[in-house]
Amino acid sequence: MVEQESPLKPVWKPGSHGNFANGVGVYLSETMPGSIVQLAAWPGEEKAVIAAIKKVAGVTLPDGAGGGAPGDVKAAFGFAPGKFLVVDEKEGLAEAFAKAVDISVGTVTDLSHGRTAIRVAGPKAEWVLAKFFAIDFSQVSFPVGAGRSTVHHDVFAQIQRTAPTQFDLYVFRSFARSFWTALCHASAEVGYEVR
Amino acid sequence: MLITCPYCGPRDVSEYSYQGDGNRTRPDPASTDQEAWNAYVYDRLNPRGEHHEIWQHSGGCRAHLKVTRNTLTHVISSVGFARDAGHRKSDGHRKTGAEA
Ligand SMILES: [Zn+2]
Repeated sequence: MVEQESPLKPVWKPGSHGNFANGVGVYLSETMPGSIVQLAAWPGEEKAVIAAIKKVAGVTLPDGAGGGAPGDVKAAFGFAPGKFLVVDEKEGLAEAFAKAVDISVGTVTDLSHGRTAIRVAGPKAEWVLAKFFAIDFSQVSFPVGAGRSTVHHDVFAQIQRTAPTQFDLYVFRSFARSFWTALCHASAEVGYEVR
Repeated sequence: MLITCPYCGPRDVSEYSYQGDGNRTRPDPASTDQEAWNAYVYDRLNPRGEHHEIWQHSGGCRAHLKVTRNTLTHVISSVGFARDAGHRKSDGHRKTGAEA
């Protein structure tokens, strides 16, 4: 097993920062999953891929756009028509999917080294993320488990709401340090803790 | 301007890339019909009013969309996936996204 090296290392400053005198507004962390896998179904094969996600990861996806299931160990969500992101704490998920998803059904792409997973949690999580992304973060239109694809300037992001006040963001690894720095600046106003 | 992506819902125009006039029919790649290629590359309806367009949700689900936009008011009256491109007159050669 190769030791993971975080792109955030040079800017990683654990502890409380910004205006936290009246309490911490958001907790920022890197979840470092062992596997981040993208699955794409050919048109008409979406249900077969959803079935494979259940078989391999044990995660049941609800039907519909952006539907997802959160979990501490494994999580999955739809982020585009017929496309899904599946995340596992452990390594080896891509190999398991490559065996379970035939090329006639869809494709498997291992993004474990291509994405950085950032968790934004706390009472002001919606407020801080709304500074970056022009999407509706209210729980009514963005329920727990659901996924969204959106963009902050050139930084493409896939976001899953994993708890009422918690979001997991998947950004390109090469943009992660820049995005993290911006995230810290945007969080200073409400007080933030890196942990 | 907001475009309501059939997958993602209403999103700001900054998440989209314009992919051009949606009224064109691409000739068969093997065709040497100069008139047909000229029409495909240069001829535009340029209407004042409703216009069929192709947009990509490049800052979202990345799907290509067929959009009807009013060039005068920017009112968007319909949005669908371009892969369901049944609205176009087919030359009998063009494959839809599903068949291609
Ligand atoms: Zn979309």
